[in-house]
Amino acid sequence: MSTDTKSATTKKESLFSKKNRKLLSDPLDDSNPITVQVLGICSALAITVQLQQAVIMSLSVLFVMIGGNVIISLLRNMIPDRIRIIVQLVVVASLVIIVDQVLKAFQPDISEKLSVFVGLIITNCIIMGRLEAFALGNKPGPSFLDAIGNAMGYAWILLAVSVVREVFGSGAISLPGMGQVKFLPTDWFMSEGGFYENNNLMILPPMALVTVGIIIWIQRSRNKALIEEN
Amino acid sequence: MEYISIFVKGIFIENMIFAYFLGMCSYLAVSKTVKTANGLGLAVIFVLGITVPINYLLENYVLKEGALSWLDPSYSEVDLSFLSFIMFIAVIASMVQLVEMIVEKFAPALYGALGIFLPLIAVNCSILGGALFMQDRQYPGIGEATVFGLGSGVGWWIAIVAIAAIREKIRYSHVPAPLKGLGITFIITGLMGIAFMSFMGIEI
Repeated sequence: MSTDTKSATTKKESLFSKKNRKLLSDPLDDSNPITVQVLGICSALAITVQLQQAVIMSLSVLFVMIGGNVIISLLRNMIPDRIRIIVQLVVVASLVIIVDQVLKAFQPDISEKLSVFVGLIITNCIIMGRLEAFALGNKPGPSFLDAIGNAMGYAWILLAVSVVREVFGSGAISLPGMGQVKFLPTDWFMSEGGFYENNNLMILPPMALVTVGIIIWIQRSRNKALIEEN
Repeated sequence: MEYISIFVKGIFIENMIFAYFLGMCSYLAVSKTVKTANGLGLAVIFVLGITVPINYLLENYVLKEGALSWLDPSYSEVDLSFLSFIMFIAVIASMVQLVEMIVEKFAPALYGALGIFLPLIAVNCSILGGALFMQDRQYPGIGEATVFGLGSGVGWWIAIVAIAAIREKIRYSHVPAPLKGLGITFIITGLMGIAFMSFMGIEI
C-alpha cells in the first residue's frame, strides 16, 4: 500500500498516461471483474432477463463505484484500519440510498422489477473489492479511472448476457421509445402461426449461469493466459 | 404448519443460490473443498438466523411507516424506510463483529471452525438479501422471520456443500481447458438450478 502511494506522488503524470489507460482497459478483458476476478456475480445474474434492467443496473453500479472509489480514496489516510469495512459500507450504503430514491422517483417500473437488487449493490463484492484493493491505496485520480474501468467491465458482461437472454427468451428486445424490436419477421413466431418458438428456459434463472459460463469459455479460449489449473 | 412451509420454501423453492443468486461471490470462491464450504455454510446459517430477526424488529418498530407509534401516537406518520439499507447493513456488520467476539470467548471450538469465515460474511449478499426479502415479504411475526432466515441459510449451505463435492470430483475429469475452474462451475450451478426448479410449485 505504501509503495503504491509513494510511486504515485513522486512522479506527476498526466491523466491519460499509459499506466492510467491500462487502468481503464484492463478490466474490460484481462482482469474483468465478473469473468476473471469473480466479483459482483449476484446482480449480474439476477437482473439480466431484460436489456433495459441491465442498463439501469450498470448505470447505478457505475455511479456507486465512482462515488465510492473517489470518496474512499480521498479519505484513505484518515480511515483507521480496523474499522475500514464499516466505513466503506456506510459510504457505499449512502450512495445506494441515493440511487434507490432516484430510481423510485423517476423509473418506478424498473425500480419495482429490480426489487431487492438495488439494495444489494451495497454488498456487491465488485464495489467492496475495488475499494479494498485499489481506492484504499491510491490517489483519487487513478481510483476514478479504476472505478470507470471496472464498472464498464461489469457492464459489458451484463449487457451481453441480457441481450442473449432477451433475444432467445422473448424473441424481441424492448427498447425505450421503440417498443418491442423483433429480430425475426413477426409472422415467423409460433404465436402468429409461424414455426419459431421462443426458448422460455432462457428467461429462467439457471440459464443466466450457463450463459456466463459460455462467455467465460469463449474469453478463455481466446486468451490462454487466463486458463486455470483445475 | 406455517413454519414448516416457510422453512422448506426457503431451502428448496426459493433457494438463495439457485433462484436468486445471492452470495454467489463467496459461493464460487470458497467451494474448492467440502471442508471449508461446510464451515462457511454453517456460518451463513448462524448469521442469517441471528440478523434476520433483529432486522425484523428494527423494521417493525423503527423503520416502517407508523412503526414508531409505540413511542408516541403523533409519530404514526413517520416513515423512515429510506434508511433501511444503511440500518440493515450496519446491524449486519456490527452483529457479525459481536458474534465473532462472543463465539471466540465462549465457544473456542466453534470459533476454530467458523472463525475465519465470519468477517467474510458481513459482505455476503445472502445476508443482506435475507433482510431485504424479509422486508419485502412482510412476514406476520418474528417467528416466521426467524424460520425464514434459518431456512434460507440451510438452502445456501446445501448449495455450497453440493457444489464443493462436485468440484472435488470434477478435478479428475477431462474438462476442456478454457472451461476449467470458473466456467464449468457456472455451468454446473446452472444445471443444479434446473434440477432445483423441479421443487417449484410444491405446497406444504
